[in-house]
Amino acid sequence: MHPVSYREGQLIAPVLQEIPMAQMKFMCDAERCIECNGCVTACKNANEVEWGVQRRRVVTLDDGEPGEVSISVACMHCDDAPCMAVCPTDCFYKTDDGIVLHDKDLCIGCGYCLYACPFGAPQFPKQNAFGERGKMDKCTFCAGGPAESKEEEYEKYGANRIAEGKLPLCAEMCSTKALLAGDAQTVADIFRERVVRRGHADGAWSGNPLADADNLAYDATQQG
Amino acid sequence: MSMTNSGASLWRMMLLALLLLAGLGLTQPALAQADPDREAATAVGGVSPDTWRQVRSGETGPNFRDSRNDSRYNLVNAAGQTWREIRNHWVTPFGLIAIGGMLAMIVIFYLIFGRKTLDERPTGRKLLRWSLVDRSLHWTVASLFIILAISGLNILYGKLIFRSLFGDAVWGAMISASKVAHNYLGPLFGILLIIILARFLKHNLPKRHDLEWFKKGGGLVGKGHPDAGFANAGEKVWYWLLASVGLVVVISGFVLDFPNYGQARDTMMWANVIHAIGALGLTAVAVGHIYIGTLGTEGSLEGMTTGYVDESWAKEHHNLWYDEVKDQAVDEQQIERDTSSSGDPASGRPGEA
Repeated sequence: MHPVSYREGQLIAPVLQEIPMAQMKFMCDAERCIECNGCVTACKNANEVEWGVQRRRVVTLDDGEPGEVSISVACMHCDDAPCMAVCPTDCFYKTDDGIVLHDKDLCIGCGYCLYACPFGAPQFPKQNAFGERGKMDKCTFCAGGPAESKEEEYEKYGANRIAEGKLPLCAEMCSTKALLAGDAQTVADIFRERVVRRGHADGAWSGNPLADADNLAYDATQQG
Repeated sequence: MSMTNSGASLWRMMLLALLLLAGLGLTQPALAQADPDREAATAVGGVSPDTWRQVRSGETGPNFRDSRNDSRYNLVNAAGQTWREIRNHWVTPFGLIAIGGMLAMIVIFYLIFGRKTLDERPTGRKLLRWSLVDRSLHWTVASLFIILAISGLNILYGKLIFRSLFGDAVWGAMISASKVAHNYLGPLFGILLIIILARFLKHNLPKRHDLEWFKKGGGLVGKGHPDAGFANAGEKVWYWLLASVGLVVVISGFVLDFPNYGQARDTMMWANVIHAIGALGLTAVAVGHIYIGTLGTEGSLEGMTTGYVDESWAKEHHNLWYDEVKDQAVDEQQIERDTSSSGDPASGRPGEA
């Protein structure tokens, strides 16, 4: 009963049906995250997320201390999604490419997904008496959601970049490429390569002889 | 990417998130102002194991920052998995066993022993047992209880049956109505429950003869009816269950129903578990109460509908109360005449001493 035909990669389905679908994952390389909140802003802008709701957040541990580290968090599109397991309306579903989406027409705003989610991803526009929370909102991996038309889909869930062959805007716009999005295998390969390079003396931050000790910013001329 | 290995994959993912951060912990903090290369290699300080213990435990600490407005969430909500397991693996089957078990017991009991009929013929002389106010309160609370039980059961079990049965349009309306009814009628039930508990308290104070009632299993063991006052010991158990578990369910329900007070996610999780266990248990007992009050016992239901019970019924089921009020018995015809002339005759004081 999800009447859309243009989501879940169905546009390309006739050609690519035999190829196994990707398993979409986010991964944040915390060593690169500089807490710029660009991902948060990109997401809000791409999806025109409701006031008060911020689908992505940046968490900083030990802020101001030498070991300070930041990580960008949103819905991680779990394999065995807890939100899906506890939802009383059964409004969640997983697309063929492993993206966890939900149907806002079915959502009753009970908040159970928020209790269960390891990442604090589900958010509600309201928090009123008598459990009036409104419809839950969360990261869709920029894959929209079930709707009758493109306009309705955008209104309810935001952009469907996946249907356009694009990856989530948060990752695309990450200034240090700390936030990676895409097929789990590809993401893992990229990260593995980085880890190997970080075994070197320059910690994979820079091989650029012009970079001095204080300039630890990501160097776009180098890979890793 | 199998869905079968539920716990493992979640932990694997959380572990991955931790590993990503833990990569930082390998370098040692060192100072080397003179040697830029050395500083470059070691400038990123290590994240201590304490930090990861903190993340795993769900604590946030003074130097935890979350870019989300007003967010009080930790990095990894470790309690969520516990809540999920308690709810899906323990509470869900518990409710089915409790309510299904009670239904099965009643059916078996009914098939073996049948209805509890009066030993003597009804005399036709009636005693006022429940005033109009008592009955109105009882049926209001009872109706609310049933609505809350059905909507609550739908919230816990409905998706397993009705979504595939009726399709999303009907199911969406059903579950939405359940939530709205549950959330708006719940507080009303809570207030009325307190009022009815206060009103019926005097009937339900424990007495010495209640012990004897329990020993005789309410009359099932041995011959004859055990002694009982206005309320027998079984009714008192139901009263005190509502006065204890019922109030716990009401209080935990308030915690869940009013997120506007900003209670923490963890508080609501535990309130949910307490609420569900208490409510499912009470629903199971309520099934028993409904059976005994309607099909199970001859003459009980008319007490709560008309307000009057027959002398024979009072003598057999509530002999001590009967002894107190037997001289107030009224003829059936007399009540009918009163009813036709001035509405409800039982609107005055109930027939207790």
